[in-house]
Amino acid sequence: MATVFADKFDDGTAQPATEAMAGSVAGKVAAPAETGGSAVSPLLGFMAKWGQTIVAPVLGILAFLGLWAVLAPQVDTSLGALPGPVEVAEQGVSLFGEWQAARETEAQFYADQEARNAQAMAAGNTAAVRDFEYAGPPTFLDQIFTSLKTVALGFGLATLVAVPLGLAAGLSPLFNAAINPLIQIMKPVSPLAWLPIVTMVISATISSVDPILPKAFVISALVVMLCSLWPTLINTAVGTASIDKDLLNVGRVLKLGWFAKLRRLVLPASLPYIFTGMRLSLGVGWMVLIAAEMLAQNPGLGKFVWDEFQNGSSQSLARIMFAVVVIGFIGFGLDRIMMSLQALVSKNHQI
Amino acid sequence: MFGCDGKNTGLKRRTVVVAMLASVALVGCGGGGEATSEAVAATSVDGQPEKPNLKLGFIKLTDMAPLAIAKEKGFFAEEGLNVTLEPQANWKVLLDGVIGGQLDGAHMLAGQPIAATIGYGTKADLIAPLSLDLNGNAITLSNKVWSQIRADLPTEGGKIRHPISAAALKPVVDSYAQQGKPFNMGMVFPVSTHNYELRYWLAAGGLNPGYYTDGDVSGTVDADVKLSVTPPPQMPATLEAGTIEGYCVGEPWNQAAVQKGIGVPVITDDEIWHDNPEKVFSIRKDFAEQNPATTAAMLRAIIKAQQWLDADNGANRAEAVKILAQPNYVGADEEVIAASMTGKFTFEKGDTRDAKGFNIFFDKYAGYPYYSDAIWYLTQMRRWGQIPQDHPDSWYIEKAKSVYRPDLYLAAANKLVADGVIPAASIPQTDGFRGEQSGFIDNISFDGSQPNAYLAKFPIGLKQGQRVAASGVTGQ
Repeated sequence: MATVFADKFDDGTAQPATEAMAGSVAGKVAAPAETGGSAVSPLLGFMAKWGQTIVAPVLGILAFLGLWAVLAPQVDTSLGALPGPVEVAEQGVSLFGEWQAARETEAQFYADQEARNAQAMAAGNTAAVRDFEYAGPPTFLDQIFTSLKTVALGFGLATLVAVPLGLAAGLSPLFNAAINPLIQIMKPVSPLAWLPIVTMVISATISSVDPILPKAFVISALVVMLCSLWPTLINTAVGTASIDKDLLNVGRVLKLGWFAKLRRLVLPASLPYIFTGMRLSLGVGWMVLIAAEMLAQNPGLGKFVWDEFQNGSSQSLARIMFAVVVIGFIGFGLDRIMMSLQALVSKNHQI
Repeated sequence: MFGCDGKNTGLKRRTVVVAMLASVALVGCGGGGEATSEAVAATSVDGQPEKPNLKLGFIKLTDMAPLAIAKEKGFFAEEGLNVTLEPQANWKVLLDGVIGGQLDGAHMLAGQPIAATIGYGTKADLIAPLSLDLNGNAITLSNKVWSQIRADLPTEGGKIRHPISAAALKPVVDSYAQQGKPFNMGMVFPVSTHNYELRYWLAAGGLNPGYYTDGDVSGTVDADVKLSVTPPPQMPATLEAGTIEGYCVGEPWNQAAVQKGIGVPVITDDEIWHDNPEKVFSIRKDFAEQNPATTAAMLRAIIKAQQWLDADNGANRAEAVKILAQPNYVGADEEVIAASMTGKFTFEKGDTRDAKGFNIFFDKYAGYPYYSDAIWYLTQMRRWGQIPQDHPDSWYIEKAKSVYRPDLYLAAANKLVADGVIPAASIPQTDGFRGEQSGFIDNISFDGSQPNAYLAKFPIGLKQGQRVAASGVTGQ
């Protein structure tokens, strides 16, 4: 049965495999260094290992920065020369400064409001009391949080939909056969194609004047969900389908109920697959998010990049590049978090 | 569209779709609805704003200045409003934001609320209770085309004589045609002022900018010059990439081309039509009806900002430039914004001329939404086929009156006069029509009360009875 699924979900099986390989590649590369070192002397071995884990990456990064610093000024755009690492770092600092300034303005706003309110209360004019929220422009840090919230919602929804569907598909070959073609067709669709449809549907369904969640936020989150659904769904199905038959037979002998079977047998066995899928989903979701925010006007990092592009000032490119670096680091961080979760649930299992 | 009569109160917006269908179905009772809403407006405009927390959209252009100034100089706060200003990716996104309710109002192209109301593009009932500015656009050509026409242009005192006619462009366009290449130019939106101004300039110089067939948005039937849509901030990049040979856009994107040395502005819109009305502040009709005090408060804040921008002969412009250069507003470099906001306009490096009237926000009754301005846009929509068939003069006037709402402007402005904030002389005594207007580059005069007679005067443009098909213009 597992082979049948392996055929159908060809890339599904490939994905956990690549994950496993990615891990083992690192392990294997490290291994020869270790053995080679120990053959000569322990000290050399230690240095070789150290070189592998610290020196080589640092050298790689330095080389990249050096090349960037040398090559970037050669490219002359209509917004001036392409900024190098120093200019980008400067913009990072200035974005932080803007955030601090915005915090001060916000504090000032609330202080002024309170003073006015106190005055109005003293004068007995309760109608003039205002309780406004500060309506300043979002800072870069606000935009990072908006992006994280959006991707969290989209990813959460995707997981809620994908895991049950994947379990069902893994347990029932019939159901799997029914949804497999749909999955294969929907999976490669770009977020940009989903966006107009989602926008129209959301505009039609959220009609309250003051919705709890802003429409742009919901639109972006749903697009993230639609695009990040598939890896989790496929991996869950594969994981569920590849449960050892003996285990299921034992369950049958013990006359386990449907729910008990799911909880005791199916879920534990497929959990590593599910988490592998979720890790891939989150990666896809984060990538999709930036594009979705650019178009849906959700005030996150995607909108920051687009607005800076539209500004076309002499600092715009450096600010966009700083955003790119931040997007990369956050994506890396999210992946690490998922990886440790994945390692945690796979402790007792081999994929 | 709500509160049009008693029966519709149960029709609370369940969905946008329902609302839109309703608006189509209820067009017939529009007149009655207006009368009641005016009565409501008169009694409650000075009260507490019903919806103090507002989100307004804008496009990164210097003519959004009244909104940024109203926010930064505290005019919105003075009126008890807590306003968020949000830049939008392009005019379509902005329009959908207002129609869909994500935005309470926006800095808009004058043609957008008009087109939405007559159902060209997305159909929705939008109104324009205030005009944001006069002038503010220019047409820029690429360095390549400029070098081809420059030598043949007449000069005056060592400088090239202005205004430059599009006729100077004709030999270049002809040579493109002989080589079988299209001559492309950019504008920002099918119903934008820029589209009509660019078309006006080209047609006045004997070049046909193309007609729109019924329902299409490319507008290139019978075109000598093919126009296409590019969002304003991307104009310089598109010009530089060679996709277009020139464009018509608002500031700072003409000055950006000068600054970056990729193009040369050849004519300002003030030279195409002296003191032409430009952007408007637009809101949904039902928003204005449900929130009369909020609407009036917004308008008062914006009028104050407009006055601030034009005060003391432009003394505040330098500060305005600083505010607009913030990344959350226009965000372009200060010197680029300053190049058009401070009474000067640079055509070429070394050719900076006085352009006192390049951006007018308050003087010359810039804020008053004249019906005749709306009718001018409607005539241009008909001239180029966006309005596919003929309509009587009364249709033009009726449509203009349903979109442009001087009654709302006056309700706000009169309070400011009563409070001594703005002088009484800053409000025009008018029936909403400017009368016979001259000042067009082709010397054709415009009378807003006679749109069909006006349309008949153009050598290039659709005439009575003509329609556009993909194969060309048909009819008499």
